[in-house]
Amino acid sequence: MRIRLEKRREPSRIMLALSPIGAVAMTMIVGAIIFEAIGYDGPRAVEDIFFTPVLASYKWQDVAAKAAPLILIALGLTLGNQAKVWNIGAEGQYILGALGGAGAAILTQDMQGWWIVPLMIVCGMAAGALWAAPVAWLRNRYGVNEILSSLMLVYVATQLLNYLVTGPWKDPHGQNFPQTAPFTAAQRLPAALFGQPFPPGLYIAFALALAFWLVMARTEFGLGVRVVGEAPRAARYAGYREADAVWSTLLISGAMAGLAGVLEATTQSGQLNLGFPSGYGFTAIIVSFLGRLHPIGIALAGIVLAISYVGGQVAQTTVHVPSATAGIFQAMMLFFILASDVLVRRRIRIDWGGAKAVAARA
Amino acid sequence: MASTDGGPRLELRGVTKRFPGVLANDNVSLIVRPGEIHALLGENGAGKSTLVKMIYGILAPDSGDILWDGARVRVSNPRAARKLGIGMVFQHFSLFEALTVLENIALGIDAKIPQNQLEAEIRRVLDLYGLKLDPRRIVSTLSVGERQRIEIVRALLLNPKLLIMDEPTSVLTPQEVEQLFETLRKLAAQGCSILYISHKLHEIIALCETATILRAGRFVAECDPRKETSRSMAELMIGANLKEISRSLGRAFGPEKFAARALSLPRIGDFGIALKQISFSVRAGEILGVAGVAGNGQNELMEALSGEVASPDEMIRLEGKTIGRLGPTQRRALGLCAVPEERNGHAAVADLTLALNGALTARRRMGFVTAGLLSMGRARSYASKVISTFTVKALGPQSTAGSLSGGNLQKFIMGREIMQEPAAIAVSQPTWGVDAGAAAAIRQALVDLAARGCAILVISQDLDELLELCDSLVVINLGSLSRVMKVGEASIEEIGLLMGGVHGDPQATVEMTEALHHAH
Repeated sequence: MRIRLEKRREPSRIMLALSPIGAVAMTMIVGAIIFEAIGYDGPRAVEDIFFTPVLASYKWQDVAAKAAPLILIALGLTLGNQAKVWNIGAEGQYILGALGGAGAAILTQDMQGWWIVPLMIVCGMAAGALWAAPVAWLRNRYGVNEILSSLMLVYVATQLLNYLVTGPWKDPHGQNFPQTAPFTAAQRLPAALFGQPFPPGLYIAFALALAFWLVMARTEFGLGVRVVGEAPRAARYAGYREADAVWSTLLISGAMAGLAGVLEATTQSGQLNLGFPSGYGFTAIIVSFLGRLHPIGIALAGIVLAISYVGGQVAQTTVHVPSATAGIFQAMMLFFILASDVLVRRRIRIDWGGAKAVAARA
Repeated sequence: MASTDGGPRLELRGVTKRFPGVLANDNVSLIVRPGEIHALLGENGAGKSTLVKMIYGILAPDSGDILWDGARVRVSNPRAARKLGIGMVFQHFSLFEALTVLENIALGIDAKIPQNQLEAEIRRVLDLYGLKLDPRRIVSTLSVGERQRIEIVRALLLNPKLLIMDEPTSVLTPQEVEQLFETLRKLAAQGCSILYISHKLHEIIALCETATILRAGRFVAECDPRKETSRSMAELMIGANLKEISRSLGRAFGPEKFAARALSLPRIGDFGIALKQISFSVRAGEILGVAGVAGNGQNELMEALSGEVASPDEMIRLEGKTIGRLGPTQRRALGLCAVPEERNGHAAVADLTLALNGALTARRRMGFVTAGLLSMGRARSYASKVISTFTVKALGPQSTAGSLSGGNLQKFIMGREIMQEPAAIAVSQPTWGVDAGAAAAIRQALVDLAARGCAILVISQDLDELLELCDSLVVINLGSLSRVMKVGEASIEEIGLLMGGVHGDPQATVEMTEALHHAH
């Protein structure tokens, strides 16, 4: 008997849809085994990480609060991933988004009006895009690898946040804590809307998922982004410039990460402090791939990853797994989704014997 | 012909291979005797490649038997095939440009042999078959014919009993083809069987003793090519009568529509070719052919004409307007369409549907785009129209380009450009790897397009194609064009010698030029 992989003529649509589900299932099975092997209650850890947040309705608000930034950031990253422009620095752009919003908040400290939150959002998106701009410029001008430059800028962003909250933007009435002044009521968004436990960011994320789907599937721009990613020579032949795709995808993904950051600041934290960076910018990379680079898939994948975040905290208290557990599960998901991608373009073929194998002849 | 025991060397019995949705080989049988040069003929998608891939162990048959020297075998991978004594020379070479011939061969063989021993072995094989090749040369300085010799030597080092050649002459000059045939005849005389895949029928008549013809995955006929005509075999291949290109004689050409004036561009990268003072003029209704051996600046010229590489504005003209600085989209808007040589990843994107592949170049010209939105309905109906007009074998506009066979994809690409009714079109290798039936259809479409007043420039390495298709002809060599010759006045020999300038070797070019002077 021999097992071999054979190329499919057409990529399998069924596998395209099934492989994320399979990846999550494999993560659960392997995760349970690993945690059992190192002395924890493995099945219980998996149950708490993946099922408790879904079954316990009081956890939904928490899940929604984490799903919103993940989906928003992942949507932007997906556009870049389609063009094979790898923005690994969404975390930095997310921090800058929050800083942009906080800067606008400081300027509007004593003001009232409906326009203040929109202004903060615009500033946050602009700041996020601004943080991605050098990455695009360096790649187009000097061929600097965007993976490196975008990642490095995350550390610069963290230092900038540290500097601002411990220095110029420190709350004068904050008993010397490294944090900005709390946002005023006019600077905040409610954490729940329409009597449901879902924050405004989640509604915005779903609406933007539809918008991104439209852009990717039904616009000249979206086609160009895909072609640049899949066949750069064909893109040039079709009149799409790679440099344009690098600029547009990085600026858009920077703005989306910035949007996630500013919404997080106005909805959840209400001020900025040293603990603001949360790793959403990195986790969103997993969301993008688990969602098959498809906006609707990303909305679903964002929820799954948010569940694993919340569930990780639950498992920490119930079965005392370490705090890094959620991260381990998330990384496993990425690993399995990338591995199972093989089956989209290939299929497993099993030959049960048959003709005799070639004997080595002298 | 040396024949060991009279039994067949290779025999296929009822081999069947099915891919999802296609029966690639249906109960195919084939016998190759020792020392026989056996042609495998068929249209694109007829199943030739699938069949040889099974012989060479790249694919496994679903049913049927492969017999080697009379014994049933299962060839599980190419390494096993080589062990049996089966060598293969692919249509596309896998060579490292920056390494020497010797290093390339060392990388490509299974056994670990010390370099000097390997070099001696290579020189022995070169001498034995009278092949000219310097093992110390860097591959990037070699002509395509020489590169092919590397692949042949690589196969011959294993002392194969069967050599499979996949479309070996598509990139060679007439002189190089003759040399290759000499080598193959010598090999056969020593008892090596050769399975020769080609669609150039006159070559098969000149070289092969037996031909197996496939159509739509099935065995159609076995014949002796020396007793057939090109026409009779082509008709067996396509299963219908072959249409000759019909064109009105004594056509008058209109005014100049498409021209280059002293187009010069520096070379890009280490292996690129600089374009030097390229000038041509194509009138409405005229077809100008650019002959030449691959790698002499054809791709660079194509990219300069399509707009992928910009040039000083006045160097390229379309209907009197200077367009050198414009990009591909703007040039298409003005009426200049282009088809590059490489189908996959250049003219088409394998993972995109045919509808979207249509939109790649037709989106503006055929009005799919309104305020940035792409009308999928229009893209689909345009793709459907191309599919039906050019009889592309595809399930529909939602099939991916990658699911089509090479010839069918080429028909789609050519159709996509021709149906945009361009004022001028530049096409490279319009029928490369395309079977006789489809090639005739593509050429007819180009002739008809010219008759409607389009100025056409065809770059091709297939001289027969250019002679059949074109009104006038130039030869490209090392980035320069020769004088324009009228088809009918140019001798094949002169064109062959003009083409023969060895890629990257000025000395050889000088020698060729001298040889040309002596020839006159």
